[in-house]
Amino acid sequence: MDANFWIIQIFNGVSYGALLFLVGSGLSLIFGVMRIVNLAHGSYFILGGYIAISVIATTGSWVLSVPVAALAVAILGLLMERVFLRPLGFDPLRQVLLTVGFSFIFQQAALDIWGGNNMDIAPPAVLKNSILVGGVYLPAYRIFMIALAAAIGLVLWLFLEKTRIGAAVRATVDDAQMARGIGIDTNRISMFIFALGASLAAIGGVIGGAFLGIYPGLDFEVLPVAFAVVIIGGMGSLGGAAIGALLVGIADDFGRALFPELAYFSLYAPMVVMLAVKPTGLFGRD
Amino acid sequence: MTRAINILTLVVLLAVFAVLVPYTGSFGILLSTRILVFAILAMSLDILLGYTGLASMGHAAYLGIGAYLAAILASKYHFGLDWTFWLVVVFGTLLGAAAAAFFGLFAIRATGVYFIMITLALSQCVWGLAYRWNSLTGGDNGINILRRPSVGIQLSNNVTFFYLVLAFFAASLLILYVLVRSPFGRSLKGIREREVRMGILGYNVWLHKYIAFVIAGGFGGLAGVLWAHTNGIVTPEDVNITTSVDALLVVVLGGAGTLVGSLIGSAVVLVLREYLSALVPWWQYVLGAVYVLTIFYLPTGLMGISKRIRQILAKSSKESVALLPSGPLGSRGC
Repeated sequence: MDANFWIIQIFNGVSYGALLFLVGSGLSLIFGVMRIVNLAHGSYFILGGYIAISVIATTGSWVLSVPVAALAVAILGLLMERVFLRPLGFDPLRQVLLTVGFSFIFQQAALDIWGGNNMDIAPPAVLKNSILVGGVYLPAYRIFMIALAAAIGLVLWLFLEKTRIGAAVRATVDDAQMARGIGIDTNRISMFIFALGASLAAIGGVIGGAFLGIYPGLDFEVLPVAFAVVIIGGMGSLGGAAIGALLVGIADDFGRALFPELAYFSLYAPMVVMLAVKPTGLFGRD
Repeated sequence: MTRAINILTLVVLLAVFAVLVPYTGSFGILLSTRILVFAILAMSLDILLGYTGLASMGHAAYLGIGAYLAAILASKYHFGLDWTFWLVVVFGTLLGAAAAAFFGLFAIRATGVYFIMITLALSQCVWGLAYRWNSLTGGDNGINILRRPSVGIQLSNNVTFFYLVLAFFAASLLILYVLVRSPFGRSLKGIREREVRMGILGYNVWLHKYIAFVIAGGFGGLAGVLWAHTNGIVTPEDVNITTSVDALLVVVLGGAGTLVGSLIGSAVVLVLREYLSALVPWWQYVLGAVYVLTIFYLPTGLMGISKRIRQILAKSSKESVALLPSGPLGSRGC
């Protein structure tokens, strides 16, 4: 195990973390703003991937597939939130069962539309090369993933910290009742955040589809990992989601490389410990 | 008086079930056996969800622990295939309880959504081991159990095995029924309704929840041992989120806090998953719809329907205002 091994593992972990950030930040925002435990979040991920596959098949444009998938899934999430989750009120158990029911329905729909085969999303040729960085060849696509996640994270951060709506979102996370009291329309904030979270997961599906593939059952593989990210980082915190995604990405990668038999255990055991010691996560607030 | 009638009805229905099942063909017998085993798992979850108000999203962990124990002992050590099967039943129950005793140290402190998350994380740990610890668990392929035990009687006969599982179901139901009607069970209900008040009254809330958690884990482990021998194979799928969530649905659909509701819920969910899936390719729409409709239209489950009708009748005859009991799915905050 020389230095190159560590560099490549850390790089792989960070790039996987970049993907997890896209899925986890949406889940975290949705929970933070609306206290909704959304088990359909993995479905948004694979639906994003599937829609991108269709867009690429019809138009041939990978670049176009990202916004189309994000928008389509955002609308789907919006409908789910307005029609079903909103009337339900705050009860985690009922939210869990309702959103799981939806993820089964989405699973079946995906199977009917796209079939049961493992599908691949081909990124543009430019991203298929490897780039020599400091004596190590690194795949350009993974560098792109890191850059994209960083860019999206930065935009989200600027939006949350510097804009008026962002401030309203943060106020709703901290104390929804108080926020309503001072005239913030938390109803619309919730709607907006749910759509945003769903579209982030869909973008994750398009980006991640290129190296995970898109196949039935991937939704329930991604979902618990996304929850691990959210729990370790702290629900409702963007910075927390970023740190959580990096930690989980690196832990997962080293777990697979160093002790494969305990790979997933080494991912979820920290989640248990975090919940037991500090349920609000590294950056969450009560 | 009504209680005696209820119990009598249940006994008669179970007896009719026991007599009819052998005529349903090998598929029907195996499906009925699975329904009973899953009902044991769901009843143990009902102790947490329906009686203590703890929504555990990781109950598949105990099913997996019991099942993998039985499968590993049978395939690697040829243990548990003769009279030692009874020992495996005991070990499976104890290991499930021991796992819950360990998990409970982490989980019980958490409430509401954090309890859901931590039980999910714990069961994912078990799933992770089942999925990746190839040398012990066979990884993704799981473990095949080549034959069922022969304990003086041949359990490889599906009908015989069905009656054995039915006996385990009836015994579990009886034990859990006695448990929830005991002073301990009443305290659990008290915790479900008003946790803070129970604490103020001097009850050790943590300990009550912990003991309920351990008991539920024990019966989960028992269900696991039976599950392994029913199916003849144990795979990581038995431990994944879908199984845990199915168990939750079974309890809620049947009626949380009723115990026997689990049998009805289990029958509905497993018939959908195994019978309907063989008939039509679009069965998952139905399963998803059952989840959604249960949440919106059956907050007290299928068992709650008769109660509701009775209350409506009583209301119209007596003009008295009968309130629905606030079940675990009532509109309480956390």
